[in-house]
Amino acid sequence: MVDIVNTAATNNDVILDVRHLKTYFGTGDKAVRAVDDVSFQLKRGKTLCIVGESGSGKSVTARSILQIVDPPGKIMDGEILYYGKDAKGQDLARLDERGKEIRSIRGHEIAMIFQEPMTSLSPIHTIGDQIIEAILLHQDVNKEEAKNRAIEMLRKVEIPNPAVAIEKYTFEYSGGMRQRAMIAMALACNPKILIADEPTTALDVTTQAEILALIKNLQEQYGMAVLFITHDMGVVAEIADEIGVMKNGHLLEFGTAEEVFYTAKNDYTRELIDSVRKLETSARKARKNTTTDQKLMEVRGVSKIYPGRKGFLGGKTSAPFKALDNVSIDLYEGENLGIVGESGSGKTTLGNCIIRVLNPSGGEVLYRMGSGQIVDLAKAGTHDLREVHQEIRMVFQDPFASLNPRMTIAQIVGEPLLVSGKAKGQALRDRVTELLATVGLPAMALDRYPHAFSGGQRQRIGIARALACNPRLIIADEATSALDVTLRSQILDLLLDLQEKLNLSFILVSHDIGVIRYFCDRVAVMYKGQLVEVGEAEKICSAPDHAYTKALISAVPGTHPQDKRIMNRHRYNAEAPSKVA
Amino acid sequence: MSETNKTDATVNMANLRGGVEYASQWRLMWDRFRKHRLALVSMFIVLAFYSIALIAEFLAPFAPDEADAKKVFHPPQMIHLFDTTNGFKFAPYAEAYTLTRDPETLAPIYVLDKEHKVAVTMFAHGFKYNFLGLIPTDIHLFGPKTHGETFFVFGSDRNGRDMFSRIIYGARFTLSLGLIGVTLSVTIGIMLGGVSGYYGGKIDWVIQRLVEYILSLPTIPIWLALAAALPKNWPPHLQYMAVTVIISLIGWTHLARVIRGRFLSMRGEVFVIAAKLDGCSEARVIFRHMLPSLASHIIAAVTLAIPSMVLAETSLSFLGLGLQPPAISWGVLLKEAQNIRSISAAPWLFLPGAAVVMAVLSLNFMGDGLRDAADPYSH
Amino acid sequence: MLSAIPFMFMVSLTVFILIQLPPGDFVDSYAASLSASGEVIDAATMADMRHRFGLDQNILMQYFQWMSGIILHGDFGYSFEWNSPVSALLWERMGLTLILSICTLMLTWMIALPIGIYSAVRRYSIGDYFFTLVGFVGLAVPQFLLALVMMFAGVKYFGIDVTGLFSQDYANAPWSWDRVVDLLKHLWIPMIILGTASSASLIRIMRANLIDQLYMPYVVTARAKGLSETKLLLKYPVRIALNPFVSSIGWILPNLISGAVITSIVLNLQTVGPQLYQSLLSQDIYLSGAILLLICLLTVVGMLISDILLVLLDPRIRFE
Repeated sequence: MVDIVNTAATNNDVILDVRHLKTYFGTGDKAVRAVDDVSFQLKRGKTLCIVGESGSGKSVTARSILQIVDPPGKIMDGEILYYGKDAKGQDLARLDERGKEIRSIRGHEIAMIFQEPMTSLSPIHTIGDQIIEAILLHQDVNKEEAKNRAIEMLRKVEIPNPAVAIEKYTFEYSGGMRQRAMIAMALACNPKILIADEPTTALDVTTQAEILALIKNLQEQYGMAVLFITHDMGVVAEIADEIGVMKNGHLLEFGTAEEVFYTAKNDYTRELIDSVRKLETSARKARKNTTTDQKLMEVRGVSKIYPGRKGFLGGKTSAPFKALDNVSIDLYEGENLGIVGESGSGKTTLGNCIIRVLNPSGGEVLYRMGSGQIVDLAKAGTHDLREVHQEIRMVFQDPFASLNPRMTIAQIVGEPLLVSGKAKGQALRDRVTELLATVGLPAMALDRYPHAFSGGQRQRIGIARALACNPRLIIADEATSALDVTLRSQILDLLLDLQEKLNLSFILVSHDIGVIRYFCDRVAVMYKGQLVEVGEAEKICSAPDHAYTKALISAVPGTHPQDKRIMNRHRYNAEAPSKVA
Repeated sequence: MSETNKTDATVNMANLRGGVEYASQWRLMWDRFRKHRLALVSMFIVLAFYSIALIAEFLAPFAPDEADAKKVFHPPQMIHLFDTTNGFKFAPYAEAYTLTRDPETLAPIYVLDKEHKVAVTMFAHGFKYNFLGLIPTDIHLFGPKTHGETFFVFGSDRNGRDMFSRIIYGARFTLSLGLIGVTLSVTIGIMLGGVSGYYGGKIDWVIQRLVEYILSLPTIPIWLALAAALPKNWPPHLQYMAVTVIISLIGWTHLARVIRGRFLSMRGEVFVIAAKLDGCSEARVIFRHMLPSLASHIIAAVTLAIPSMVLAETSLSFLGLGLQPPAISWGVLLKEAQNIRSISAAPWLFLPGAAVVMAVLSLNFMGDGLRDAADPYSH
Repeated sequence: MLSAIPFMFMVSLTVFILIQLPPGDFVDSYAASLSASGEVIDAATMADMRHRFGLDQNILMQYFQWMSGIILHGDFGYSFEWNSPVSALLWERMGLTLILSICTLMLTWMIALPIGIYSAVRRYSIGDYFFTLVGFVGLAVPQFLLALVMMFAGVKYFGIDVTGLFSQDYANAPWSWDRVVDLLKHLWIPMIILGTASSASLIRIMRANLIDQLYMPYVVTARAKGLSETKLLLKYPVRIALNPFVSSIGWILPNLISGAVITSIVLNLQTVGPQLYQSLLSQDIYLSGAILLLICLLTVVGMLISDILLVLLDPRIRFE
């Protein structure tokens, strides 16, 4: 833990001085110490990033400053000195959480934006209503002036046609636009501090880059300090002047961006940074090449079209939606193919169409079975599919949802063996024990239920299930996105180990360029249902050809604070992407 | 195989909590349900009610249709456990009343008679019956020591019949009707709701329109019309079946909705998709993977559906459209309370109503507790 | 909204089947009631009566005549028992039923809204537990029992007769200001009886909705803006929780009308309840059919109103 309270002289640069903050949920011995003795300082006009994994207490720290921690959370001790009004400082932790004083701070002196712009804005009030409300609360203006001010703010956050946009509702905005509107609302009263609580986590990487650039831009215009909460070391590297690292309610490390990234004192900090840096390399290149010339699968012109919904008795009819538009790609035996794209790109649909969780609307998926027989998965009947599903397996994104909570691990992992009649009784149990050992889980896991395991452990169980019938191809759909960054490379390494031992091929579906670069030989880039570029992973991730891929790659945050890459990123804004053959 | 993997076997198993990781869903549900004190107490009350219905003959001191013209509208009699007239000894008795009549209206007036006592004894011999329908006996939990004497714990009705015995017998009809009605409803509901939710598409559309249609019909008038169509001269067991069918005819729609909703949301659950990819047949996906999760929710929904069945039976019988005397249900008993002059003279005629309220309340509390415990894996 | 038309067609069929369901017809039950009082009716007279009422035609014809009468001429048929056109018997009772139901709905909202908000905001307080318990009891007591208890209490402790909607003097009098006042004096008892159960369920709905909303992120956003707790509560979570609450008119109004049937029978109110009951028992099919049909129609109207209210209140639905 770092104690900077004593080293910090009352400095004119400091606008917020948090000292020995303790925020607990509940009281007594059972209290959850979400924030336990945290001290840091925020300097005027600078950006402080608090970084940590889920449950580290970073968000509660941010909320404690404005005293908006959800009950039963409560500030138990410590000071939050705010120097925005005068040099004497005002202790925010002492204020009544429902009182006038803290309310005059909230939104006026210190404003906040949140992770989920959709749910963080009221669904039944217009955007304008919510921004104007903030202005009227803290400024002595009439409604007319407030509205003009709100339109002005929307223009500042680059929302097109603000005079019209102000009358719209949240659900009429896109995800990025909503976050812009949130920022407009937060900045409407010229706050001296902006607290941003994971504002880009729910957004695609290109949108994230835009929002980060916008915040940076506005910060320079307004000269405000930014307290940025995030779990993403990449984002930290892009924007932080100073960094605090939190784990289990403690502040483990505090320092300038350069200090933390290059001379971190704490092991955990180094682990965090190393995990991210590791994903900037290719583990596949470092291992022996397993790729062969033998085609395992040919995807030929696969489409998935959702018919438009018919309006009710002459109402509007929505156009059919092309989730997949004529996608063709090959997969070779022993190869790791990455499918990358942003939300709505169709990457998950492609994976689901290949394994027939979804039925493709057109095209063919020619798969060469272990027996040498070629099967068109797009048209295969129930009987054939059952055979195929022993060879092609899936690992799912959410390790909590993909395991039936009402079955034991032995039952879950053994299910494919049992229903295919390959093993039962003691033989089944032995095989399951063996499978668990393969993924690094002890035999004692057998009779336990999924709720006994952490996310990483559950994902291993999911992998063991996938391995049960000696598969040849595994489709991993965002298999690491639900895990904390330190666990991601562990799971990927496990998969690579298994590949060498068991002659596997992989299709890895992910939005995360780092994961793709680490794991894959070749990458297919998808955008709005179309395949825009296919190539060697190394090339796609460093020097792509297609304009969209360039924009995507350049929007990925780096890990070196000196090199703020997303400020100089490539922007892409085409409605219909040109297709690379 | 595993030694090459040692670097990976660093999985931390230290977070396993004592025992809970072995707990099946029913254990977890029970643990959660138990914390809901009111629900737990209610469960015991519900169990008590159903036990009473099961062994009604044993618990009732008198036959429910045993009339006594001289004991009309007899007020409730306290049972004293200890006789203190000659020292203190365990000798349960009921205080006797003597009947006089109002000289003008001829209404019966009962006066407490300190001199006489009706001796009460445990395991008394009374009317003959088959215990649980099997063992012929004439032993009752309690009854008058001297055969032929009477006492009325809950008073008597206009024919001088023992309300206490009648309420106990009424529990049998009313509560079993609730249970059977719900079973019927659930069967239809699971079949149609399950089919609708699992297959979706056109079948779903048709079933949903049907459910919506029935749901939007005004329940009570439709019940009345259906019940009015029943011939009055049917024997009690036919009436009973008919009323049950009528009530569950409407009741299944709610259950079908709940089940369909659950099925629909579960069909998209990742672990169900995983089961399909594991090669499970349609039937195995439904029965092995989906039904255990649905079961707890269905049980909760069913418990919450029984009270409305009970209320429906009571209301219909009360109006004379459900069960008819000589059948005894709480609704039939309450019909006696319809007349303002009767209840002014004998307010204890409301007691079957108290039984209804208690049964419905405890079923509701229990159902609420079950519903809260139905998904022990949420947060 | 146009779905109301096929719905009403289905309803009319259902109702017609329902009223045809009892074995025998009105003439049979008329003969039975005559023979109970010692009179005998011969087969020829019975056939004559059947012919006069159109009961000798086939079922389909009867249905078409009935429906075309209603749709084309507003003629709901003839009440055998009252020897009068159904429409002449119906309207005052139907009107009183509506008045009673709407007044009860208002009462229900007035009770449920503040209590629901209180219970949600002060969750697990003594007051919340109290209202929860009262709510549960309210749902557990059958309405007819509540009506009986009120009747009993009225007679026994207050010496008043709570039955009927009018005093004897005004029961059959033409409408006048005094009669309205008299009606209001009697209306509150059935209002309370009818309102208890729906208030109880509405409180629970409001409480659950509001609790869902109270911890939504947008509430935190509004708090972070500097809004005071009361203003915040009313502008955001209460306003949003109000949508399902207001739209509950769709099922509460029909429930009230349908529930009122039993209460009206017990309290002998001049609404359609006792009339329906009586006509069902005596197989006065056109009267009971008309009442059932109108009650179903009111159900549809209730649902339409709630749809319209939801569209007005919730922009998300408006834009769908």
